[in-house]
Amino acid sequence: MTEPAITPELVAKHNLTPEEYAHAVAILGRTPSYTELGIFSVMWSEHCSYKNTKPLLKTFPTKSPKILVGAGEENAGIIDIGDGIAIAFKIESHNHPSAVEPFQGATTGVGGIVRDIFTMGARPVCAVNSLRFGELSDPTVRRLFSGVVSGIAHYGNCFGIPTVAGEVYFDKTYQGNPLVNAFCLGVLRHEQITRGAAKGVGNPVFYVGPATGRDGLAGAAFASQDLTEESAEQQRGAVQVGDPFMEKLVCEACLELLATGAVAGMQDMGAAGLTCSTCEMAARASTGIEIELDKVPQRAPNMSSYEIMLSESQERMLIVVHKGREEEVKRIFDKWDLPWSEIGIITDTGHMKVRHGGKLVVDIPAKKIADESPVYQREAVEPAYLKAVRAFRLDGIADTTSPADNLKKLLAWPSIASKNWVYRQYDHQVRDGSVVLPGSDAAVIRIKADSLPVMTAELAAQVAGKPVPDKLIAMTVDCNGGYVYLDPYEGAKSAVAEACRNLACSGALPLGATDNLNMPSPLKPELFWQIKESVRGLAEGCKAFNAPVTGGNCSLYNQSPAGPIDPTPTISVVGLIDKPEHVTTQWFKDAGDAIILLGDAVDTTDPILGLGGSAYLQVIHGQKNGSPPRCDLEVAKTLHTTLIGLIHSGLVKSAHDCSEGGLAVALAESCISQLIARDTPRLIGATIDLSALKDVRLDALLFGETQSRIVISCKAVEAVKVVERAKLMGVPAVQIGKVGGDTLTVKTASGEFSAPLTELHDAWWNSIARAMA
Amino acid sequence: MKAKIIITPKKAVLDPQGKTVQTALAHMGYTDVTGVHIGKYIEIDLAPGTDKAAAHKALNDAAFKLLSNPVIEDYKLEIE
Amino acid sequence: MNFAVLQFPASNCDQDAVHAVRLLGHSARLVWHKDASLGDTDCVIVPGGFSYGDYLRCGAIARFSPVMQAVKQFADNGGLVLGICNGFQVLTEAGLLPGALIRNRDLQFHCENIFLKTATIDSPFTNKIPAGKILRVPIAHGEGCYFADEATLAKLKANNQILWQYCDQDGNLTDSANPNGALQNIAGICNDQRNVAGLMPHPERACETLLGSDDGKWIFESIFAALKNKPVAQAA
Repeated sequence: MTEPAITPELVAKHNLTPEEYAHAVAILGRTPSYTELGIFSVMWSEHCSYKNTKPLLKTFPTKSPKILVGAGEENAGIIDIGDGIAIAFKIESHNHPSAVEPFQGATTGVGGIVRDIFTMGARPVCAVNSLRFGELSDPTVRRLFSGVVSGIAHYGNCFGIPTVAGEVYFDKTYQGNPLVNAFCLGVLRHEQITRGAAKGVGNPVFYVGPATGRDGLAGAAFASQDLTEESAEQQRGAVQVGDPFMEKLVCEACLELLATGAVAGMQDMGAAGLTCSTCEMAARASTGIEIELDKVPQRAPNMSSYEIMLSESQERMLIVVHKGREEEVKRIFDKWDLPWSEIGIITDTGHMKVRHGGKLVVDIPAKKIADESPVYQREAVEPAYLKAVRAFRLDGIADTTSPADNLKKLLAWPSIASKNWVYRQYDHQVRDGSVVLPGSDAAVIRIKADSLPVMTAELAAQVAGKPVPDKLIAMTVDCNGGYVYLDPYEGAKSAVAEACRNLACSGALPLGATDNLNMPSPLKPELFWQIKESVRGLAEGCKAFNAPVTGGNCSLYNQSPAGPIDPTPTISVVGLIDKPEHVTTQWFKDAGDAIILLGDAVDTTDPILGLGGSAYLQVIHGQKNGSPPRCDLEVAKTLHTTLIGLIHSGLVKSAHDCSEGGLAVALAESCISQLIARDTPRLIGATIDLSALKDVRLDALLFGETQSRIVISCKAVEAVKVVERAKLMGVPAVQIGKVGGDTLTVKTASGEFSAPLTELHDAWWNSIARAMA
Repeated sequence: MKAKIIITPKKAVLDPQGKTVQTALAHMGYTDVTGVHIGKYIEIDLAPGTDKAAAHKALNDAAFKLLSNPVIEDYKLEIE
Repeated sequence: MNFAVLQFPASNCDQDAVHAVRLLGHSARLVWHKDASLGDTDCVIVPGGFSYGDYLRCGAIARFSPVMQAVKQFADNGGLVLGICNGFQVLTEAGLLPGALIRNRDLQFHCENIFLKTATIDSPFTNKIPAGKILRVPIAHGEGCYFADEATLAKLKANNQILWQYCDQDGNLTDSANPNGALQNIAGICNDQRNVAGLMPHPERACETLLGSDDGKWIFESIFAALKNKPVAQAA
């Protein structure tokens, strides 16, 4: 087969600028071959190189004494959780593939992140996801939504990983460009951390997993350009197909192989497949690598070296094995009926060399291509629309006269409504560890000794007789993209604060975070400004809450012909809960309990500020406008530590944070969100008295989204103690009501309203199912 | 040579897929549709020159034991 | 007691079953699907998961594993065999239990807690379940709708082979309590010899209050009690 000549057009088609191409030529000292051009193209795509965001990402806090593997080092970060145990976790996007083929896009998204985790030597124990779609009234959106949910369910359920938490927002900004972010967490012992480094000159390189086909050719490059009709159509044939059955076998076989001690390094073939895995492994170890493409198992006939190197066929791994221990690899992969092939060797040349049909088709200095990717300082200019946002007068909106009706509308709004239609399709209990199921502020899982991967004989002898105590891990993923659009810096801070608040409500303090920047094009200064400001907010938030970023993902060019998406920097924070008795859920428990609001009921400078960017403004007044609530990180931090202190003292029976829909929605959810079993909610009412707050607009009081507020309940006899202790810590606290009855009744300075719980529950619980029927 | 096996749900068995598609077809205006039954189609490649009768017997056995579940499914086998 | 938990490619509740049995004070180990022998075993658990990716039909390929021949022989000799979820599907496909499990009537996968009524305590799998106790146990399946022809169903009833049925909180066998459209709200059955049983719900996920319910332990306690009172079956 003759390869096309390298022309400026071909270079442009590979999304390389003339300068980037010149740099490639300089690295090689000659014109690249067609296959080499493909390799530069994917290695220097945003997806693999972070060329547009690297300078920003450097501002994230990434250090803590507990971090064992830090951001950017490997496929996922790893954090110590004590007793020799560690967790590996990461979030990653699969936005463009899901837009083109929602089911397969989502399956391969889950597959990719699960692989990133077991590649580190960890056993994947739970999954979380963060999804964004257009409005459900649109049939195309319903097809995308349903396809993505089925895809996640199919992959996760079959693989046997519980999907324990997540978030779903619906907003027309995501109409043509849905967001699918998948998170996975795994557990391992410190000694079991496996590196993706091609160590040991002379060691053989194994390819394991299914054969390589033409699927997903250059998916990484696809993910790094605007989504247009044309690009989507071109890629439709290229979308990868996920096989969770295969991944389960590959995972089990890899963990079994690691327990032999025969592995020197391991890396999954994710974005840019064989290219990225070989280059990165050699670069990390400062070695060279030589592979023979004729030995790579191939599914399609006559594949070119370009196609083999760039294919994104799923569920494949590259493993470097200590010389002399090849038989162990063969034995284990044969046991699991998995294809394997010895395809190459580690060298000391520093070069990645690829042979095909007896010819040398690639010869690139591995470290140079991996480490010398271009870096751009993009121009940032504040977008003009923000002037109008800041000038927007909230007091031009008339106050509400029908709060009960507003509340029902908010509860039924798909972004706020119960996501049971989604999570019921996900197995969220497999692996015997799900302590708090989807439907509370954060998921809580229990890690037990048998959750850990099998140990090598040496390690088993070393830890013999030392029992592993159960560990409780809480996690959540959050981001209000609307806030970020209206004020990227404040909005991003609020995303981190909300995630940490959700953890606090579950009884957990943060350990670390992983972020997923879902952003439009970095090439437009106004859009890059959004990215820059979002990162500034995330970084400050993570610093304030001691939640260092251990890794993440950048997905740029999220825009369709209809325009760019709202900047959506989703953030997932993982925390630790000390004891089972500290696990806290959001629903009210017993009639007679006192309800206490922690934090200022409304913004102390002007109550109306809570309405900026609020769900209320969108649902009731049809406007996404106004500056979003300000986020004071110090206030938030004090609130969270105070709540944790109260939980540790055994005083808190429920805790639920105020977010979208404000205090009224938080109270309603505390009354209606406990689920005993199928079709069997446990509804428990509340009587609330807010009449002490005079001269406050009703809409701002009930539906304002002022930050740093948590609704808790406690035994009536302990209410005074709880309030006093919170105040002592500097947190405003006041008893606002008591639990009981079958309505939510709220008295304010201007009157009283009451809503039957059955009606509130129906609006909230069935809204999405009705839209999908 | 090719063997083709068509597997269909038994009439007495609930076929929610079929029902769903039937409803969808009705919504699209195909009012004459009185039933939809969704099954599977399996194609098996056979070496050229395979004895047809023997293959028929073997595949019949396979279809009964593995490829279909006689509790809920019927099948039809053709070799060409 | 020694429990053998089968491990097919892509079994994924195998470790959970081992965990539950050990938690309740007995020993359990995994038996690989290519093994032709069960070893020293008092009871076999065919666990949940997606054996062979559930390709073709759930449980269809697993029944041809070498280990299933051993399980058949073990069952023929009177050994206790419990199939959970995918394990139930495997046992029906293998002909060890009558009927079949087909797609849920709403075509969706369901992961949720359900309530279970025990139809009879006259079995090694139900004998310790307290009278009138409604069990709260999770389900997680896409193809759990129990189907059998009328003759089979009549036989199941006549022989008291229906062990568990989906019910509401108060024990009523309502249609809305039925998550998948199973005939007669059937969640689990046993064979006519009463030594092989299968159920769609996951008792191994409900053995600890930390995980929300420990009602599932009654099923395991029943097995322990039955094994204690019965001469041990000879393993194949």
